[in-house]
Amino acid sequence: MIAGAVFYIFACVLIFSALLVITARNPVHSVLFLILAFFNAAGLFVLLGAEFVGMILAIVYVGAVAVLFLFVVMMLDVDFAGLRKGFMPYVPLGLIIGGVLLIELTILYLAWGSSESASMVLAAPIDGAAKSNTHALGNILYTDYIFPFQVSGLILLVAMIGAITLTLRHRPGVKKQNISKQLKTQPSDVVELVKVKSGEGV
Amino acid sequence: MTEITLFHYLTLAAILFVIGIFGIFLNRKNIIVILMSVELMLLAVNINFVAFSAHLNDLHGQVFTMFILTVAAAEAAIGLAILMTFFRNKGRILVDDLSELKG
Repeated sequence: MIAGAVFYIFACVLIFSALLVITARNPVHSVLFLILAFFNAAGLFVLLGAEFVGMILAIVYVGAVAVLFLFVVMMLDVDFAGLRKGFMPYVPLGLIIGGVLLIELTILYLAWGSSESASMVLAAPIDGAAKSNTHALGNILYTDYIFPFQVSGLILLVAMIGAITLTLRHRPGVKKQNISKQLKTQPSDVVELVKVKSGEGV
Repeated sequence: MTEITLFHYLTLAAILFVIGIFGIFLNRKNIIVILMSVELMLLAVNINFVAFSAHLNDLHGQVFTMFILTVAAAEAAIGLAILMTFFRNKGRILVDDLSELKG
């Protein structure tokens, strides 16, 4: 009963904020509603018993991705009102495609049924009493899934290097410290000894 | 109020996915909102994974959710970096300008 009410609250706020993400006039509001949607999804994950994934969703999405969006939206000086113009012709097409997809998915879910022997072939059954969610997840993530885990780390590394190289910019005429040049400097390069005759000046 | 079943979660994820697709059509000029719509669609997929994981009592769905999160974070970072470079070069972020790259 309580779980049902909590599910409906989270689900309604999630759909409402998702609708506002795509319809808000101001992109900053879009990002803020995106954050609200992620928080509600994290609540749903906790309700499903996936606490770790829920917390990761809150940390990674709200703490990193949504803040990144917010930075970019605020840093770019874009005429967002102009971007809204001329989207009306595409609304019917979008509604048709979205409605067809929704009907297809609903038919699929109504027809779907779990196999009788599905519980026999579970790869990693959840044993709620023995271990916490995080403990069980770590147990299979660092054993069965160690290579995909490493590859996902590599993906993040490549994304980081890619983002840095894409946005790095070398502007001419900016004074910068070149440490190897500094260390290679010899005294003869910078100090000049001048023999000054007395009484004549340099 | 009835028992919350797998079907409820799948319906929620389907609605969220369709909202994401509709957002791409609605904001087809604004790359930032398109990226946000893609994030919404990935969130719907994650909800599907976790709902099936809870329904089938199998932990692997949650592991794959974490991999999807990784890829989504990488995609957002790269996408926004490309957006920054694009804005720096063009001074605006219209999707129509992106067709310049075609050969």
